[in-house]
Amino acid sequence: MSAELFSVFYQFADVFAFLILSAAGLAIVFGMMGVINMAHGEFIMCGAYVTVGLVKLGVPLPIAQALAALTAGLIGVAVEYLVVRRFYKRPLDSLLATWGLSLIVTQSMLLIVGSSITGIGTPEGSFAIGGYTFSTYRLVLFACAVAVLVGLYVTFMKTRFGVMARATMQNAAMARALGARTGRIYAISFGIGAGLAGLCGALYAPTMTLIPTMGATFVVESFVTVVVGGANVLLGTAPAAVFLAIIRMALNASYGQIIGQIGMLFAVILIIRVLPEGISSVLVRRGR
Amino acid sequence: MKSGHLLRSALLGAVLGVAACGAAQAAEPPLKIGLLEDVSGDLAFMGMPKLRGSQLAVEEINKKGGILGRQIELIHLDPQGDNARYQEFARRLLSRDKVDVLIGGITSASREAIRPIIDRTTTPYFYTNQYEGGVCDASMISMGAVPEQQFSTLIPWMVEKFGKKVYVIAADYNFGQISAEWNRKIMKDLGGEVVGEEFIPLGVSQFAQTIQNIQKAKPDWILTINVGAAQDSFFEQAAAAKLNLPMGSSIKVMLGFEHKRFKPPALNNMHATANWFEEIDTPEANDFKKRWRAKFADELYINDMGYNAYNTLYMYKMLVEKGKSIKLEDMRKVIATGEACIEAPEGQVCIDPKSQHTSHRMRLISVGPQHEVKVEKDYGTIKPYWLGEIGCDLTKKNDKDQYTPSHLPKKS
Repeated sequence: MSAELFSVFYQFADVFAFLILSAAGLAIVFGMMGVINMAHGEFIMCGAYVTVGLVKLGVPLPIAQALAALTAGLIGVAVEYLVVRRFYKRPLDSLLATWGLSLIVTQSMLLIVGSSITGIGTPEGSFAIGGYTFSTYRLVLFACAVAVLVGLYVTFMKTRFGVMARATMQNAAMARALGARTGRIYAISFGIGAGLAGLCGALYAPTMTLIPTMGATFVVESFVTVVVGGANVLLGTAPAAVFLAIIRMALNASYGQIIGQIGMLFAVILIIRVLPEGISSVLVRRGR
Repeated sequence: MKSGHLLRSALLGAVLGVAACGAAQAAEPPLKIGLLEDVSGDLAFMGMPKLRGSQLAVEEINKKGGILGRQIELIHLDPQGDNARYQEFARRLLSRDKVDVLIGGITSASREAIRPIIDRTTTPYFYTNQYEGGVCDASMISMGAVPEQQFSTLIPWMVEKFGKKVYVIAADYNFGQISAEWNRKIMKDLGGEVVGEEFIPLGVSQFAQTIQNIQKAKPDWILTINVGAAQDSFFEQAAAAKLNLPMGSSIKVMLGFEHKRFKPPALNNMHATANWFEEIDTPEANDFKKRWRAKFADELYINDMGYNAYNTLYMYKMLVEKGKSIKLEDMRKVIATGEACIEAPEGQVCIDPKSQHTSHRMRLISVGPQHEVKVEKDYGTIKPYWLGEIGCDLTKKNDKDQYTPSHLPKKS
């Protein structure tokens, strides 16, 4: 019995981690900054490829993952400065620009690195409960997802940078008048978003096939989670992920992956219909 | 002044054009080969060898004087794994470029998307992949292996060696669904039991729940007919969770070279039946591999799709030269004699007149803990007999249909 219970928790944790890690970066870039970042998947791919490249050079996996997230973050800052910065007042154009960027990046990777690279293998470690065996690494992913949520909360709610960032997103002109360096804040926020996407790729790299279009498998889940979460990212993303993870896990377990995917997307449609502002709108209203 | 200049260039153009026509007539224009293969998108890693195999064969054939004395020209378009683009490009190659033969298509979904378009023309079409079988269509010649060559060999072997209970994970589209149907039929004939079947949407990459479902169902072995880079992540995740079950497949190793893409031992204990895999060690196969690697030194793995694509051009050359015509009807007259054979790197392969599918030398291979590939059993040449047995006879009637164990031709 306890094996069944643990198995349910494990499956929930697995889907939850996938949703949070793939959505965290987008929550900042799309949820807070309002940039429809179609290149989100490519930042994820970047994190994965850098991780694998470094591990093959002999760098230990955790350090490679941290460096990969950092690399993606720095590239994010550069992309913000060169491209995204010009589109803050034109969200639909930012969609086109980042989509173009994503096409260029996947095709270039295909031409330069090739259609597929060999994987590095998931870190050893598994444990058995009842008749089931589990991979320890999946629990590491869950722990990382929780750490990312806590880190985001602390950064944006408890630090001086967080206060200025939120002020900038709400009213950039006023923030600037009060002395916030909004240009820099935008760049750093975008960089954090890209870095978190890179972290997602870095963490999932050992468990997946590595191809230039691998980011695409994360993109639907990440947008869905952020949209369901709603305008207030810090309050929305986590409950949205919990809600969607429960639905998906339950349907996956009883009816298989097809129904799991259909059911989750159906739930998304329902929520957007009933709560156009997302889950966070309810929570924020309650809070007031 | 300006109009004079224009006139002069027009005249010059006309003269040059006539000269070019004259030159082209002296040596006949090249035969146009239309090729639709994915070299970008999700399946690029499998599609790239198909393009390369075709390029290698075209280069070799042209060096030796072409087909019927005519050079051949490859017109390749990349549909990027998008079925709508497959249709658009097929129309473009057929009606604008007026190709003499159309080759390609990677998934069964892409093949079924373009087959009706081809059926409205008189252009021959070669499908070069192994697939779920059953297409009875006079316009199509199938060069890959089919279930009676792959499943009717693999599944009885797996049942005998590992046990009667199987769990199936399959990609959720026509290939996966029909292959799973084949498995049900063969397992029933063997008195085995399908303890679980899971169809996975394309693009899904997370399998923790599937792995647990498998452990709950306690099968003796797994049939893995999952497709695409995302779904292949199953192997890594199953290995990490210590699932440790024997696996069988009609597409792994020789087609997707998962044993080269994943770190050992993710593919340990995988079994497949194949007409080609790069580890085949015969003088003919080694010679073929040497020529391939001389042209494409960086190839990660020469997969069976690339190999079949290479053979296809030689099969086309043989059909055209024996029939002394590039017309589909004349090529089919050659096929009807039952002597449409070529010497391929795997050995002799022949087209069956009733179904227009190809006979193959089949071997059962297994993957070890270090991802070493071993031949477990050699079945010799197996003919594609199933369509003929159920009543498809393209020498008499063009059904233009795809049959499955549950969709058989109406008895007339």
